[in-house]
Amino acid sequence: MRFPVVVLRFAVLAAFALAGCGKQAGEQATSSSDEVVVKIGVASPLTGPQSHIGQDIKNGALLGAEDINASGLVIAGKKIKFEILAEDDEANPTKATTVAQKLVDAKVVGVVGHFNSGASIPASKIYADAGIPQISPSSTNPKYTQQGYKTTFRVVANDDQQGPVLGRFAVAKLAAKNVAVIDDSTAYGQGLANAFEATVKAAGVNIVAHEHTTDKDTDFAAILTNIKGRNPDLVFFGGIDTQSGPMSKQMKALGIQAKLLGGDGMQTPNFIKLAGDAAEGAMASIPGLPKDKMPGGKAFLDKFKAKFGVDVELFAPMGYDAVFVFADAMKRAGSTDPVKILPEIAKTNFNGVIGPIAFDEKGDLKSGPVTVHVVKGGKWEALETVTPDGDKK
Amino acid sequence: MEILLQQIVNGVVLGAVYALVALGYTMVYGILGLINFAHGEVVMVGALTALTAINLLVGSGLPGPVILLIGILAAAPVCLAVGYLMERIAYRPLRNAPRLAPLITAIGVSIILQYLAVLIWGRSYHAYPELLPTAPFDLFGARITPTQILILVLATLTMVGLLLLVHKTRLGRAMRATAENPGIARLMGVDTDRIVSITFMLGSVLGALAGVMVSVNYSIAHYQMGFILGLKAFTAAVLGGIGNLGGAMVGGILLGLIEALGSGYIGDLTGGVFGSNYRDVFAFFVLILVLIFRPSGLLGEKLADRA
Repeated sequence: MRFPVVVLRFAVLAAFALAGCGKQAGEQATSSSDEVVVKIGVASPLTGPQSHIGQDIKNGALLGAEDINASGLVIAGKKIKFEILAEDDEANPTKATTVAQKLVDAKVVGVVGHFNSGASIPASKIYADAGIPQISPSSTNPKYTQQGYKTTFRVVANDDQQGPVLGRFAVAKLAAKNVAVIDDSTAYGQGLANAFEATVKAAGVNIVAHEHTTDKDTDFAAILTNIKGRNPDLVFFGGIDTQSGPMSKQMKALGIQAKLLGGDGMQTPNFIKLAGDAAEGAMASIPGLPKDKMPGGKAFLDKFKAKFGVDVELFAPMGYDAVFVFADAMKRAGSTDPVKILPEIAKTNFNGVIGPIAFDEKGDLKSGPVTVHVVKGGKWEALETVTPDGDKK
Repeated sequence: MEILLQQIVNGVVLGAVYALVALGYTMVYGILGLINFAHGEVVMVGALTALTAINLLVGSGLPGPVILLIGILAAAPVCLAVGYLMERIAYRPLRNAPRLAPLITAIGVSIILQYLAVLIWGRSYHAYPELLPTAPFDLFGARITPTQILILVLATLTMVGLLLLVHKTRLGRAMRATAENPGIARLMGVDTDRIVSITFMLGSVLGALAGVMVSVNYSIAHYQMGFILGLKAFTAAVLGGIGNLGGAMVGGILLGLIEALGSGYIGDLTGGVFGSNYRDVFAFFVLILVLIFRPSGLLGEKLADRA
């Protein structure tokens, strides 16, 4: 019964977005001088427990703007100066919308952000209403780009892209013949598990069992025993560390020899804590390349360290590239008007620090790479990077 | 065959976990006729308190089982205090109120305890250190870990201990008298307030024990762990006949077996129409059947057996 309401809401939103675009266009057209200052917003958690990652994104964007300004970007005969406007969303969905409004009011041309999917999604409505392009460096929830907004992009692989990649990894690298699949009955876990299952099935792998648990359960003895009776050589789990940790332990207790493979919900230090010794040999993926393996990685890491005196945490290269996506689109559009650059962003095709950047029709990164990690000596270690098109790096 | 045996072992162990928690429910219900929905949260408080103590001691060089025992001994008084305060503040003023009032209060207490736990221990899932040997024993091809054996032994001992307490001691006689008719018991010189307090504290200490054992078994503890566990244990208690100590044990083991065998074999039996995600549906379906044919549970809730 909710469906018609949702449709209606989208229709209203779309109308607002169009109105917003028109308004923006008018305002941008009036500004003219020899050097045009173009404001780029950055929204990420700059305080709180995730502030180190938020700061990382902000620094990446600052470095991007600096490099572009140094290169002397000229658009429509005018020299362009990028200015970064960084706002703290505290990783809080409510604060994220406030910050988004603030950036819109400050007339930014584009926004790099937010860090959390939970912040990116509510904020995306405000950017869409104002017709301002948003590029998230890190939000992986598929929903972010599935809301029907033309303004949402990301420079990181989404959760739906991980399943097929993990499937190909299982077939090509692990030579899996008989696979058992478990999911936690959540949107994330089930989506991941089903995408994985479809891929390995297509490659002729035998699915010996597909079991279900919940995201609250900690007892998996029954389903694991069932799986044990079917002798799989690989167990795939779609879900997060709070389940896969105890699951890994119970697999060991039941004497299941098969390796455990999962997605980014499992690739956490907490998984190793919860699984104890049983974590050894477990594999899980996270979107993106390991930072030292990115095409522009080494040079970028050195430049970043020299400028800020700290090492790159995780998403600074994505923040850096996002600023370049804006600059690149402006060049092709010959304008700094969000209305004009928006269609050009969709046509982006260039090599960034993180590798080739191009978007599909929804704004997701085409061939976003995914890196599989393995637990070795009580620590996650990068094992192999796979891209969705199948070519390994 | 080995798989079937393993599923039975899984079921019995899971059932013992439920039984350990269900005994606490049944104790309180037997005396007061009150379903203390906050009991699951007492279990959670016990698990997290013990974890704090255990984390202080891990690395001190003490052997694992000793640390575990200290953890339980640290959690017991905390849960005892929680049980006492809960009864004193939330339930005693409502002793003569309509039955719905204390029920709603119990749900309120459970929410309060959950968020107190968030304030103290945070929302994250805590890893429980491995304190007992993990090498499993082989039982005709099925595997059982030392922790699981300990849970079985503790659940049995607890049940037997409570039965002895209720039927063979002076305190037990007072409990049975209070259960049968609090008014008359008072006339006979039984301090019923004290008996009710003691019952709550005893139930809560059992909750502490259950919490620690559950967390050791699954090596995880968090502020929401009491909810599902409490719900399942309550189901087990009703299945066996709530208020009946033997019933809690029987109900727990039965529920565990239904869940293990159910999720292990539903898929095959129905040709894949139902999967392991229907495990709870299966368990509650059996509960409904039992309640239709034996409304007071498998073993019934005879007044003399209550406590």
